[in-house]
Amino acid sequence: MYTLPSKLKIFAIIFMVVGALGLTYSFMSAPKTTAEVKEMMAGHDDHGDGHAEATSHGEGHDEMSAAAAHRAEGEHGHEDAAHSEEKHLEHTLHQLQNKPWSALYIACFFFFMISLGVLAFYAVNIAAQAGWSPVLFRVMEAITAYLVPGGIIMFVLLALSGFHINHLFVWADPEVVAHDKLLQGKAGWLDGTWLLVRAAIFMGGWILYRQFAVRNSRRSDDASDNKWYKKNFKISAAFLVFFLYTESMMSWDWLMSFDPHWFSTLYGWYVLAGMMVCGITTIAVITILLKSQGYLEFVNDSHIHDLAKFMFGFSIFWTYLWFSQFMLIWYANIPEEVTYFVTRIEDFKLPFFGMVAMNFLFPVLLLMNSDYKRISWFVVLTGIVILAGHYVDIYMLITPGTVGTSWFIGLPEISAILFFFGLFVLVVFSALTKAPLLVKNNPFLKESKNFHY
Amino acid sequence: MASKVIHALYNDDDLLMQAVKETRAKHYHIEEVYTPFPVHGLDKVMGLEPTRIAITSFMYGLVGLAVAITMMNFIMIEDWPQDIGGKPSFSYIENMPAFVPIMFELTVFFAAHLMVITFYMRSKLWPFKKAENPDVRTTDDHFLMAIDAGDNDIEELSKFFYDTGAVEINIVESEDDH
Repeated sequence: MYTLPSKLKIFAIIFMVVGALGLTYSFMSAPKTTAEVKEMMAGHDDHGDGHAEATSHGEGHDEMSAAAAHRAEGEHGHEDAAHSEEKHLEHTLHQLQNKPWSALYIACFFFFMISLGVLAFYAVNIAAQAGWSPVLFRVMEAITAYLVPGGIIMFVLLALSGFHINHLFVWADPEVVAHDKLLQGKAGWLDGTWLLVRAAIFMGGWILYRQFAVRNSRRSDDASDNKWYKKNFKISAAFLVFFLYTESMMSWDWLMSFDPHWFSTLYGWYVLAGMMVCGITTIAVITILLKSQGYLEFVNDSHIHDLAKFMFGFSIFWTYLWFSQFMLIWYANIPEEVTYFVTRIEDFKLPFFGMVAMNFLFPVLLLMNSDYKRISWFVVLTGIVILAGHYVDIYMLITPGTVGTSWFIGLPEISAILFFFGLFVLVVFSALTKAPLLVKNNPFLKESKNFHY
Repeated sequence: MASKVIHALYNDDDLLMQAVKETRAKHYHIEEVYTPFPVHGLDKVMGLEPTRIAITSFMYGLVGLAVAITMMNFIMIEDWPQDIGGKPSFSYIENMPAFVPIMFELTVFFAAHLMVITFYMRSKLWPFKKAENPDVRTTDDHFLMAIDAGDNDIEELSKFFYDTGAVEINIVESEDDH
């Protein structure tokens, strides 16, 4: 049995408190009027100019701002300058007001996604009757425990956005929809109530499966036959069918609808790939952590090797989907599609390409060698970069549609990560104490214990 | 100089693994083991060095990537500039997304094919080569361990291999070209 170290508990709570304080401050310090925005921008401009003069990159900077000014002129050419400026300020105000909400949403989704990815991976292992993994089942079950609290917060955030209490979803704003033909066409699907009904069905199904699977797994410990194991096999197979449909729809609802004009047909797969990488990486990191503390003595380096292979493989799968989506849109160059990437490349160059390097180049080069996949600290190091990279990935999916050009990773983003990280650690490690760290009576247990690559 | 070689045949891979372990413990020299299918872990038990073919594969991949880049740059940009998807920028880097599939494919192609060719060369295999297989049953359901008898007593060796579970033991004069 695992006991929750009190130090870990205190650390997790400190993280949550610091995160919550940071978030509260971010919400309170967000500008409330256009005058405040003007003041803030004036401060930033002074700073920016000084910076541009001081460095040799001034030229590029000027070119960019000239292009931006040109674009602004094109858009507002017929309006008088004062009106246009006021409009611009108002726009920036909305972006800055969105920023803490957006940061909260991103971090909430990111940790929820890890848990969901692990749940899917767990179901795959049961449904495939995998022989190598049963020794890791208790770790996976503990990570999926976060689905419940994470899901509740996610649902609340969706409700706030879907009913336009915050302004994250533009399609939830009736005024915007009134002037937007495309959104009117999609209004049947993108509707606050209907969004929440769907979210309730998706999350309800996932959590239901989670509760039954974990309950059966624990009952199986005391059972004398394979009854509960067989039950878990059946519900896992059924869950996977349900999950693949709902995961895809979830990605349209919760992520793609931030850019409601744009759509991509492989978006669901793309989100799934990121989810699986993060989930498997988290399993590997927590397993290595527990092993280093003397638990999980039955996990050998071949198990770590297999997890690292999955991290490597799903990283490449993620890149494959990322690039497939990018290349087709880049090649066809259809205005309504390509605007998605134009925004990201023009306004988010560093995180957009930096994330590809973190999520692809880094794991590929580090985890390619077979021997490195068995070195614990190597796997953990790569895992941390992968997780950070996928946070930026989620950030890139959401931010351009909510905060736009006013983005920067600052206090709200970091506070939100701290808060949800603390919650995640607290929930997952508390769940680990609920059951023995090794399943009993699983027919593949012996194979898993003797697993050797 | 012709020395004697013992061919011990087994009909089970677990028995074979055990026999290889015992033989190595006795410090007899195993020349080769012939199996109808790859036996997991046999290389480690035999004490073979880990393969370096993965390193060659990585280098071949880099060669493939370089070939792809050079080739596409020459064909599509320098020699006969192409209008790619309505983006006639005549620059390799700006048209790079269009070239990525070819870069990927040639990397894989070079890595895979050159690795197989390297494997053949290293294993001294080529078309129409006469098989070195000492007993055709090893292509069906038997496992054969070839042991250099050296200065050991043949009778003693035979008894040892029967005890390890061999179903048949043949003593052959090794040929010089082997």
